[in-house]
Amino acid sequence: MTDKSISPGQGSTKLLAKLKSMNVDVQACFQCGRCSSGCPVTEFFDLTTMEVVRLAAYGMEDQLLTSSTIWLCAACETCASRCPNDIDIAVLMDVLRELALRKGITPAEPRVPVFHQSFLDSIHHWGRAYEVGLIAGYKLRSGDVTGDMKLGVKMFTRGKLGLLPHPIKGKTEIKKIFSGTGKEYER
Amino acid sequence: MRLSYYPGCSLHGTARDYDLSVKALCSSLGIELIEIPDWNCCGASSAHMTRHEIGVRLPMRNLLIAAELGNDLLVPCAACFQRLKAADKAIRQDPHYWDLEGYDPDFKILHISPFMAQEAILEKIGEQCRQRLEGMKIACYYGCLSLRNPKITDVKNFEQPRSLEKIVSAVGASAVSWSHRTECCSGSLTMARPDIARALVGDIILAAERAGAEALVTDCPMCQANVESRQLDHGGPVHLPVFFATELVQAAISGEYPAKQQRLHLVSADVLRRAVSFSEHREATS
Repeated sequence: MTDKSISPGQGSTKLLAKLKSMNVDVQACFQCGRCSSGCPVTEFFDLTTMEVVRLAAYGMEDQLLTSSTIWLCAACETCASRCPNDIDIAVLMDVLRELALRKGITPAEPRVPVFHQSFLDSIHHWGRAYEVGLIAGYKLRSGDVTGDMKLGVKMFTRGKLGLLPHPIKGKTEIKKIFSGTGKEYER
Repeated sequence: MRLSYYPGCSLHGTARDYDLSVKALCSSLGIELIEIPDWNCCGASSAHMTRHEIGVRLPMRNLLIAAELGNDLLVPCAACFQRLKAADKAIRQDPHYWDLEGYDPDFKILHISPFMAQEAILEKIGEQCRQRLEGMKIACYYGCLSLRNPKITDVKNFEQPRSLEKIVSAVGASAVSWSHRTECCSGSLTMARPDIARALVGDIILAAERAGAEALVTDCPMCQANVESRQLDHGGPVHLPVFFATELVQAAISGEYPAKQQRLHLVSADVLRRAVSFSEHREATS
């Protein structure tokens, strides 16, 4: 847990409004801990899932956006499926990650967003995920050049990795989706 | 029966054998699959985890293509299934926001194992089995995304699903009772944090082994790749292959488990070959 002070008075009302618009009712949490106890990755987190929900209820944006938890959450949706108050914690995590990226906050786990970005670049470019390209892109950007070399070779020699991308015909539609066309008013 | 088919990127890449076994199985069952034309990636975890808007609009394009064909849509990949369902729900909730006023297609989005686990299809599978896989002990592994969040997937018994157990029983194998059927393997973290994936996969394999399983069966291509590859890092004495449900059923129906397909596994898949030939031997001697 962080040693920064926590107070609803200092909370981000913008974050609370955003969560409300996404139907994530963080105020409904009565801290039963079911979310944290079922979380498969909790031992690697700096904030437990329940702490994330509680900090969100106070609008404590800084602590949340700089945490490793938002990046180490595997999006397995166990917490959200089990919450007795029906708080969509998986969507809460999505909102926090997107906000951290938009605000340019240095991620506590930089390799995770680099992976997501490499994946999305691949789709942006081809319309479908191109595994070899996204692995290469991820390795160049993350600096993790040597990791999983043996595994990569094994998968390649077994014919599990296709060398060539599979571009779709509707690539311009995909580019439009990525450019946010049509949503200029909502931003 | 005619179904629209959305393979998704994995089934055209690392899980190509999943695609082949789905097609072979459907052809054995007399189901015609029509791949939806010019489909795109569903965005997978990366899109919804970091770009909400794109996470809905990518699957939305596929939904609109499928709506034109009109047939129910068969989706073998758990992540694609969950993303298509999530987008469909988001658009129905607020069609105005997504510029799709009047959006109301009536096709169903079907994940493959609940589809296969329907009584009529199980019966057909049972009838067509050339080699029942008697004695093969299997840990059915669901992972996350075909089940959760039930608000998205509409799966009622998401904590205690039975579809994979029904499928493996239909071909004569026995499903073991074990603890980690719906635990996450952390597939979305496997590249960036292999240490986490190694820990979670290690727990899954140990649990399956404790229950006496010789192999895992799944319906998720990310689980299949992650659980096979990350157990290699362990160097432990136990390595369990992970088969696709369709791969297992197709082996039982055709009575063959070709060496070419075996080679696609990163862990020895010999147990399925032995199960097929053991049954052969049994039949010959009985």
